[in-house]
Amino acid sequence: MVDNQLQTTNLNLWFGNNHVLHDVNLGIKGKKITAIIGPSGCGKSTLLRTFNRMNDLIPEAKITGEVLLDGENVYNPKVDVTSIRTRIGMVFQKPNPFPKSIYNNVAYGLVIQKKYRKSEIQARVEESLKAAWIWEEVKDRLHESAMSLSGGQQQRLCIARALANNPEVLLLDEPTSALDPQSTAKIEELCLDLKNRVTILIVTHNIAQAGRISDYTAYMYLGELVEFGETNKVFTVPQDKRTEAYLTGVYG
Amino acid sequence: MNRRKLSQYVGINLLRLCLLITIAFLFLFLYIIISKGIGVISWSFLTQPPLKGMTEGGIYPALVGSFWLTLLAITIATPLGISTAIFLRCYGKPKWLMQIVRISINTLAGIPSIVYGLFGLAVFVNLLKFNVSLISGALTLAILALPLIINSGEEALRSVPGEFYDASLALGATVSQTIMRVLIPTALPNILTGIIISIGRVAGETAPIMFTAATFYTLKLPHSLSDEIMALPYHIYALITEGTHAESQVPIAYGTAVVLLFLVLGISALAIIIRYRIRKKRKW
Repeated sequence: MVDNQLQTTNLNLWFGNNHVLHDVNLGIKGKKITAIIGPSGCGKSTLLRTFNRMNDLIPEAKITGEVLLDGENVYNPKVDVTSIRTRIGMVFQKPNPFPKSIYNNVAYGLVIQKKYRKSEIQARVEESLKAAWIWEEVKDRLHESAMSLSGGQQQRLCIARALANNPEVLLLDEPTSALDPQSTAKIEELCLDLKNRVTILIVTHNIAQAGRISDYTAYMYLGELVEFGETNKVFTVPQDKRTEAYLTGVYG
Repeated sequence: MNRRKLSQYVGINLLRLCLLITIAFLFLFLYIIISKGIGVISWSFLTQPPLKGMTEGGIYPALVGSFWLTLLAITIATPLGISTAIFLRCYGKPKWLMQIVRISINTLAGIPSIVYGLFGLAVFVNLLKFNVSLISGALTLAILALPLIINSGEEALRSVPGEFYDASLALGATVSQTIMRVLIPTALPNILTGIIISIGRVAGETAPIMFTAATFYTLKLPHSLSDEIMALPYHIYALITEGTHAESQVPIAYGTAVVLLFLVLGISALAIIIRYRIRKKRKW
């Protein structure tokens, strides 16, 4: 268990009386891509948002169990939630750059920490944009509005923005579901490239996408973690009938 | 023509007629006010004090008085109102407190303005001993402007997509950093529009300042917060109700109305221009 970068133990989550996650025990290996798949409403996005405590924003959310990041419980009251979110970055379903310049979008996470010099921030912005494969497209217009970019570019900008904090983990919540096939392919390739520097957790509706890019796959159904394992095993010899039914398109 | 087509025809033309009546009222209104008042308007009308028992001269002290009154009222109401709006939008807990705040705001918004005047008289003029003064009037008007600024401010903050909020928090920002660096800058144009509209409203109010700030006639311009002042809307009221030389004072009253009208229209136009320019730029 110790070698898992992220680990949930007996994780339960309720929204009011609605029991959304049931005893989830999931271990995520470092520097790998783990895909979380399952039908709509199965709790996969909610699970993703427990790692960086984004469910804290929902007043009626209640959580029991543990979420460990490098062995440390992120729900420990002594833990500073902002430092957790700096270490675990997130990219959302809909590209959501701020209505600021491209540069200021990427610099945002560093600026708010108030501990970096301007030259450091500049270097990190450039490095992050390069890492997210968007530098060439924006290097001549860093001070134009991020809103002028295309959807696929905006999503890569959001990835760059998350990478600027140098996170250990990157959470991707259906990052390509609002994008066209070409932009999707580019982001998938980018994920494969990024796993050398960051652990990736991706929630996706697209089974083929999970098959193409992930090392591990978790299948969730009705708030339960039904199956988890290496992607090629889960896809070829699923242990659970429900997983098999989902993967073969019986439902979902 | 069959019956369905006929009723369609009649319906549309009825709507047209209603539209025309509405527009006709507006134009009639502008025509009456302007035609009766335009005669006295001149540069000296704007720059001279009233002369010879308000039968001649201009409205300069009233312009200056209205300016200070409005500026002070908005300066007091804006930080209060925007802070409340931020609280309502971002920290809206607990629910029962929110309910109370919302009911209070809507009640404030529905109170007739003369009641604000009486409140100002009781609290600022008498209780706090500010007397009839610029500051009493400005405070009374500030309370009147508060619900406007709160409601438009909250609306402006709500128009900022939640995704920006989430994105900022997910990057490790605190809630207050998110408010200061994302929410307010994004909502600023709409917040400004709301404030400008409140300026127009405050500048034209008569009843709240009747007992709290305004005086019929003073030659001196306000020098301190405790001075009585002249103000445009009240000047009109004074000329029409208390004047003894109707033939020369009524045109001055209409002239003052024209000035007030164009001030308020100008302020509203400014708000519309700002909003239009922002909408064109906005892409989310």
